[in-house]
Amino acid sequence: MDTYSILREFADSWALLAMMAFFIGAILLLFRPGAKQQHIDAANIPFNEEQYKDSSTSNKRSKSNKKLEV
Amino acid sequence: MDILKILTFAFITLFAVMAANFGLDWAYSIHAFIIALCAFYMFIRSVRQVGEPIAVTSTGYQDDVVRAGVIATSFWGLAGFLVGVYIAFQLAFPALNLDLPFTTFGRLRPLHTSAVIFAFGGNALIATSFYIVQRTSGARLWGGNLCWFVFWGYQLFIVLAATGYLLGATQSKEYAEPEWYVDIWLTLVWVAYLAVFLGTLIKRKEPHIYVANWFFLAFIVTVAMLHIVNNLSMPVSIFGSKSVQLFSGVQDALTQWWYGHNAVGFFLTAGFLGMMYYFVPKQANKPVFSYKLSIIHFWSLIFLYIWAGPHHLHYTALPDWAQTLGMVFSIMLWMPSWGGMINGLMTLNGAWDKLRTDPVLKMMVISLAFYGMSTFEGPVMSIKVVNSLSHYTDWTIGHVHSGALGWNGMITFAALYYLTPRLWNRDSLYSLSMVNWHFWLATIGIIFYAASMWVTGIMEGLMWREVDAQGFLVNSFADTVAAKFPMYVVRGTGGLMYLAGAIIMCVNLWLTATGAGERKHTSNTASAVPAE
Repeated sequence: MDTYSILREFADSWALLAMMAFFIGAILLLFRPGAKQQHIDAANIPFNEEQYKDSSTSNKRSKSNKKLEV
Repeated sequence: MDILKILTFAFITLFAVMAANFGLDWAYSIHAFIIALCAFYMFIRSVRQVGEPIAVTSTGYQDDVVRAGVIATSFWGLAGFLVGVYIAFQLAFPALNLDLPFTTFGRLRPLHTSAVIFAFGGNALIATSFYIVQRTSGARLWGGNLCWFVFWGYQLFIVLAATGYLLGATQSKEYAEPEWYVDIWLTLVWVAYLAVFLGTLIKRKEPHIYVANWFFLAFIVTVAMLHIVNNLSMPVSIFGSKSVQLFSGVQDALTQWWYGHNAVGFFLTAGFLGMMYYFVPKQANKPVFSYKLSIIHFWSLIFLYIWAGPHHLHYTALPDWAQTLGMVFSIMLWMPSWGGMINGLMTLNGAWDKLRTDPVLKMMVISLAFYGMSTFEGPVMSIKVVNSLSHYTDWTIGHVHSGALGWNGMITFAALYYLTPRLWNRDSLYSLSMVNWHFWLATIGIIFYAASMWVTGIMEGLMWREVDAQGFLVNSFADTVAAKFPMYVVRGTGGLMYLAGAIIMCVNLWLTATGAGERKHTSNTASAVPAE
């Protein structure tokens, strides 16, 4: 068989199956029990900025930035 | 190490000067000269810095490069919009091409598309991704000054691309017009960008990678892949700008539109969704509506978008099955797009009252609304029967602009309004009523634009296919051009309003950054005291 036919056959069999399995797996993984709290924590990451500011990422601008967060 | 650096810059300068001399065409020689100037500047700079201790800052967020990015985004935005308005009026009044090769529509159009997508949008993406990845990872940008190489390297890419178009150097691929050496340079810059972004993610303190970073990473990785595959070409000479594509015929066309559509999908969608997933929750001061939905949004967008490109090649030499595949995936794409839009809009659940007082949030909402509208229009236009009417007409142009002006433009403006007071350490924006003016000018401008393009596009499509009782075509091409004149004027007016809004924004941001707002507020309170 020529390269096109081999690739074409692979693409619409195993490759398709692997991609579908990965996609469905990724979605199912979301609905595993106990994930709810993790998702709530993850959704709040943008609001954790301050907690890192005081450690290694503290800089001279941090003080005045604080009032913007309110 | 210093010696090596100096020698490298000296060598690049020498080679570029030689290349400028030996250049086979104007575009190449002028580009070689620009490169020689940059390398010579770097040479002088390195010589002056020999022996100086290198100041290493390892604490705090690296915000200098984000500030530079905000300035570059505003500047290129104005440039890109201005060229857009100019060529819009060229279509209505052809005398505006000034009868010069450099200012013809054919050369200015890629200048406009690249300026708004890559210069305005790209700088916005680089700046916001650097801002967001640091704050959601709790880490300073990785790689020290590598982020500055990304910033200045990207500006050099823009300058080379833009001057190349004006001088007629192009490989004639939509959104990928720059010639081979500019492509190689962009590849280097992009790899550095990936390294900075990934490096920051790897040293993060936050255990989870926030979803905005997933979108940014997908954007960086996919654009790298698209750029390399679509620009596989062989230069005719190392001293000339002309190159020959490795693919030919329908393979080349499919590669081009695989690239072209995913430039929309990953550059203009995934990257900007990264912005959306950070700035909308921050501005609304509420976490995103559903984190689960954001992850479903991510995976379905990634898995579906990459297959939608063939819808640009309906009724061409592309095999029918590939056309149908592209159409089916485009229609399926509607679902994740609307999932993302709903996720963004519902973030405001319980905070809708903020729209009354916060024009920046209003801008984010209108950008999501345009995201929803254009991701509905897109799948409809990808259906083959609809496409047979819409293809090659101005309906396509209207569709692209409702997405680009509405979604990408508005979310970028909102991000700039969010970033400027924070980056320049100001309490608030100079003027909220100026933001309101910008909002309304831009929104009404887009409506003028999109509506006129619908009318003219459908009219033109119907005129092209109209046949009389004997089966002869009724209209000549020139008839359609004449019929489109009023709509072209309306479109240009819409663009002018959008540009006016952007100018108001730049004034507002400038006054915010320089602190004029704070002086204004202090004088206001001072005058209020005696009245008590």
